[in-house]
Amino acid sequence: MSYLDYRVGEPIADTKAPAGPIEQRWDQRRFEAKLVNPANRRKHTVIVVGTGLAGGAAGATLAEQGYHVVQFCFQDSPRRAHSIAAQGGINAAKNYRNDGDSVRRLFYDTVKGGDFRARESNVHRLAQVSVEIIDQCVAQGVPFAREYGGLLDTRSFGGVQVSRTFYARGQTGQQLLLGAYQALSRQIAAGNVEMHARTEMLDLVVVDGRARGIVARDLVTGELTTHLADAVVLATGGYGNVFYLSTNAKNSNATAIWRAHRRGAFFANPCFTQIHPTCIPRSGDHQSKLTLMSESLRNDGRIWVPRAQGDTRPPGEIPEHERDYYLERIYPAFGNLVPRDIASRAAKVVCDEGRGVGPGGQGVYLDFADAIARMGRAAVEAKYGNLFEMYERITAEDPYTVPMRIYPAIHYTMGGLWVDYDLQTTVPGLFAIGEANFSDHGANRLGASALMQGLADGYFVLPPTLNHYLGSTRLDPVAADHPEIEAVEADVADRLDLILAVDGDRTPDSFHRELGELLWDECGMARDEAGLRRALARIPELRAEFWRRIKVPGTGAELNQALEKANRLVDYFELAELMCLDALHRAESCGGHFRTESATADGEAARNDEEFSYAAAWEYTGGAPVLHREHLVFEHVHPTQRSYA
Amino acid sequence: MNLTLRIWRQSGPDAPGAMTEYHVSGISPDMSFLEMLDTLNEELILRGDQPVAFDHDCREGICGACGMVINGQAHGPERTTTCQLHMRHFADGDTIDVEPWRAGAFPVVRDLVVDRSAFDRIIGSGGYITAPTGSAPEAHATPVPKDAADLAFEHAECIGCGACVAACPNGSAMLFTAAKVVHLNVLPQGAPERAGRARAMVEAMDAEGFGGCTNTGECATACPKGIPLTGISVLNREYLRGLR
Amino acid sequence: MALLTRAVRRPSTLATLWRSTVGKKAVMAVSGLVMLLYLVFHMLGNLKVFFGPGDLNGYAHWLRTLGEPLLHYGWFLWLARVVLLAAVVAHAVAAYQLSRRDAAARPQKYVHRRQRTSYATRTMRWGGVILGLFIVWHILDLTTLTVNPRGEEGHPYQNIVASFSTWYGGGIYCLAMLALGLHVRHGFWSAAQTLGANNPRRDRALKLTANATALLLTAGFLSVPVAVMTGVVR
Ligand SMILES: Cc1cc2nc3c(=O)[nH]c(=O)nc-3n(C[C@H](O)[C@H](O)[C@H](O)COP(=O)(O)OP(=O)(O)OC[C@H]3O[C@@H](n4cnc5c(N)ncnc54)[C@H](O)[C@@H]3O)c2cc1C
Ligand code: HEM
Ligand code: HEM
Ligand code: SF4
Ligand code: F3S
Ligand code: FES
Repeated sequence: MSYLDYRVGEPIADTKAPAGPIEQRWDQRRFEAKLVNPANRRKHTVIVVGTGLAGGAAGATLAEQGYHVVQFCFQDSPRRAHSIAAQGGINAAKNYRNDGDSVRRLFYDTVKGGDFRARESNVHRLAQVSVEIIDQCVAQGVPFAREYGGLLDTRSFGGVQVSRTFYARGQTGQQLLLGAYQALSRQIAAGNVEMHARTEMLDLVVVDGRARGIVARDLVTGELTTHLADAVVLATGGYGNVFYLSTNAKNSNATAIWRAHRRGAFFANPCFTQIHPTCIPRSGDHQSKLTLMSESLRNDGRIWVPRAQGDTRPPGEIPEHERDYYLERIYPAFGNLVPRDIASRAAKVVCDEGRGVGPGGQGVYLDFADAIARMGRAAVEAKYGNLFEMYERITAEDPYTVPMRIYPAIHYTMGGLWVDYDLQTTVPGLFAIGEANFSDHGANRLGASALMQGLADGYFVLPPTLNHYLGSTRLDPVAADHPEIEAVEADVADRLDLILAVDGDRTPDSFHRELGELLWDECGMARDEAGLRRALARIPELRAEFWRRIKVPGTGAELNQALEKANRLVDYFELAELMCLDALHRAESCGGHFRTESATADGEAARNDEEFSYAAAWEYTGGAPVLHREHLVFEHVHPTQRSYA
Repeated sequence: MNLTLRIWRQSGPDAPGAMTEYHVSGISPDMSFLEMLDTLNEELILRGDQPVAFDHDCREGICGACGMVINGQAHGPERTTTCQLHMRHFADGDTIDVEPWRAGAFPVVRDLVVDRSAFDRIIGSGGYITAPTGSAPEAHATPVPKDAADLAFEHAECIGCGACVAACPNGSAMLFTAAKVVHLNVLPQGAPERAGRARAMVEAMDAEGFGGCTNTGECATACPKGIPLTGISVLNREYLRGLR
Repeated sequence: MALLTRAVRRPSTLATLWRSTVGKKAVMAVSGLVMLLYLVFHMLGNLKVFFGPGDLNGYAHWLRTLGEPLLHYGWFLWLARVVLLAAVVAHAVAAYQLSRRDAAARPQKYVHRRQRTSYATRTMRWGGVILGLFIVWHILDLTTLTVNPRGEEGHPYQNIVASFSTWYGGGIYCLAMLALGLHVRHGFWSAAQTLGANNPRRDRALKLTANATALLLTAGFLSVPVAVMTGVVR
């Protein structure tokens, strides 16, 4: 049975967002929510998987409220979650600049930036809460950039016209995460959080239709353990690594959300992936991940490729009239500053034409020669010095004299577990927060709003909604030997044993690379029906080959990193298939999802609101999945076609 | 490039370990040190040998997961993290020694993986500002002078990699602890807990079995984030103040 | 309650100080600086050798009458001795305990041995041991006069000349002075760092002061045995 035979099921309607004026919905929801008596909270155990911005914030906050939290991460320390790598900044509608910003404007920008595929109620709440996040982080000692007067500095980011992005040099994610991690550490030391680092969730335990625990593997000893709780929160981040090469940390993976999906949680919009235009191109087959260069470089750098195909002269020898500054040519109004998705696609087009530069022709120049001539080397150095240094360290080329080479790379996944307004998945008692859910960014995420969403979910949104769940649900204790638990444990153990038993002749990485390349080609920056069908045919073959040829030395009862990789790969195969199906069924272009068939006359993305103004929530069946549509209603921001020419 | 690697292999915390020799060929100078190890590991897996275990995640020099002692130097010859060290800093035909961080407080888990959870416990003992969610005043209520903000930031950059401990002849965690204490103690938000923080963190550090500081300065030389050695002096001051 | 995370009660300050590595190191720094202060005066006093027996012997006598009539004859000297003894004992015990701890903190050495700049740490430990042994010798030589070739109570000038006139006497002193120079060179800056007096702006100045102090101290002390051995003072 092929994925192509998917069925359309009941639409999903209830999002738990109260009716009424959008500004009051969150207040209303909190007011209506049931509370748990503080004295009773410590009797409730909550599992939080993940210690990134979302999970770290949630774990600390829930423990402060008195819950007994059991938390997990696969890194050796909660402080190393992938969120630490975020560079640019975090948005908040503080309007400190008095430049016309407001909650309403942040809401508006985010809905529009998401190309009208996000839920208005959620986005509005995000904008409201953004203000509190900055207060919270400052109180924790997060060293945001400040001006001489001692007040917080902001900058503008990603095509919005107000300056609302708070930052800490190029290490905003690190500093925010350390804030959350420290708050969490305090609760760990106080005994309110039981922290399991180097422990990977491998499955979800659902008893009587409710999420009641997880099965996890101790990555050091290999021991499988079951942890029971009254609710489970997944804050496990995005799945960009399904492409093998991405800007995500090497070990970020989809296992937690995918296994939850297999246990009944709907997966929404899996094909909505974001590609970042300015990454350092790969230098060879050995490449293990891609490094992001801040988007701010496009403010002063000019992007070009040679006019002629296969021009291999060094850039300095290509005369001005043989260069094609293609963004400036195609989008005279926005030039090099067009949004991420547009800049990425344009780079792909010129490289596909054979005009790409660098090894493999997968790169375009980002040239600072004009900027240096105009502002002087010193000014360029002051503005971008650290980025230039990072570039030089990686490529051994001096960007002051030779233009940088950049290429788009997978960066963020807007898709994720479907959640309602309460951030609860379709499995009662299972919540998903941060990049792991699909909630707030629609088909495209604006710069500096993932950090905002992760912290909003963790610090402010989840705690009251979780309270409501625990306060309004009767939860009987689950016996440790409940048959369901044994079944899940057996599933997990069997799968690991199966992988170890194959003893074939291919490494996990070799499969992952192949899958990643396939996805990048057919379900990357531009997608079309034929390609997606090819991918949908190829993925099952590849998966079958995996089960014949995978080789993992060692045993499951020890630290075995090859086993970890292979085990994650099994989920990637299934997820990849769903991504391709989702991309195939959504025969429109929107945000990060560009279907070549659905373009305007001048090659721009053409949305189809008639047919596709919905979030696609997929139900796992074991065979062909079932599509549940959540129709989106836009009462406040009216859908328009984006134009940047 | 062709290289000879001598890598510390140890199958578990209590197992004996030894330097084991490997040869890798076709190494590109553009590879990072970890990608070079990836290449070796691919070969080992196909041979049915256990790949070399090492910690890594971001591979961008920010998560602090990676770290090994390369030819006697923590993170190798460049002042950066192991993941950002590139093979062009080595020459064809080199023999490279690769060892785990060595410190009593960082027991070896396997091969090049060590247990750095002692750092987490140091943070848990006081490396935070108590600000329960929801209790925060408006962010602009407390301006922070720019020099204090900059000093805090300079120390907040610590990625918790542990290279300072690995490099210190005494296996001391002073630079790490200093980084955190200075970051929080120079900010007005951190002032109320200032004294207790330094005391608690030094106590926790001692309890974990790290050595004392003899002001050798190796730590600051090895630190990929350039945490200044003078931070240790500030930690000392904060500690002594806190005792009063 | 979940919010309360730290115990309030704490043990006595001195016990806390001595138990922690940072505190113990502060004890070393203070005792080291006390000894250093003593040595500066001691060195200046020793230079009186160049003005002849009268000056030096008179100075030695003055040391014993200092503080009179408030203090009894010799009391000041004894007071100084008690302080110095306390300092040297505290310093040495702390150094020993910390060094033991430091060695235990790195139970397994690196296979790849590199010449490291831990030079300072190693010379401090060995230099300290040399200084300790020297102090014992020195007291037997010039205070109790047990090993002094001349050993005439009340005539330090003559005893000094006698001591430094033997090859081993002069040799021991010269070696010890070199050890002292190295010890102070790192020790002075190190003490500032330990006591929290260092900061990025002061760092260079402190290192310069440390070098200058070490140099002057060594030169001043060395000049005496050298002068005796070369016959300038006899
Ligand atoms: C290079 C880069 C730069 C970025 N810059 C910005 C920026 O400037 N601004 C912005 O807003 N956004 C930025 N983003 C996006 C943003 O960083 C992420 O979306 C966000 O940090 C995700 O946070 P999270 O808490 O959801 O998940 P993560 O931080 O990814 O955390 C996931 C956690 O889950 C744990 N986990 C996962 N699976 C399991 C499992 N099976 N078992 C146990 N634990 C598990 C992990 O250990 C980890 O603790 C950037 C992203 C990248 C890649
Ligand atoms: C009894 C013999 C001595 C021993 C065993 C000894 C040993 C040591 C040791 C091991 C150190 C620590 C090294 C370091 O900080 O890197 C040290 C520091 C020091 N020593 Fe000594 N020493 C002795 C005598 C002296 C004397 C006579 C002086 C006076 C000049 C002195 C002054 C100092 C100072 C100022 C420090 C620096 C303290 C600090 O860093 O906080 N020591 N000593
Ligand atoms: C050339 C160098 C030195 C000379 C000529 C010298 C000379 C003397 C003399 C003559 C005395 C006896 C004084 C008296 O009893 O009145 C003395 C005492 C002493 N010296 Fe030195 N000294 C020298 C270097 C040092 C050094 C380097 C140290 C320490 C590291 C030192 C430490 C002491 C101490 C502790 C005493 C004992 C004081 C007492 O108890 O009376 N001296 N020295
Ligand atoms: S102080 Fe430097 S070396 Fe030590 S843990 Fe922090 S970043 Fe690593
Ligand atoms: S190397 Fe070690 S001795 Fe102190 S100055 Fe650094 S911790
Ligand atoms: S892997 Fe993250 S710092 Fe090296």
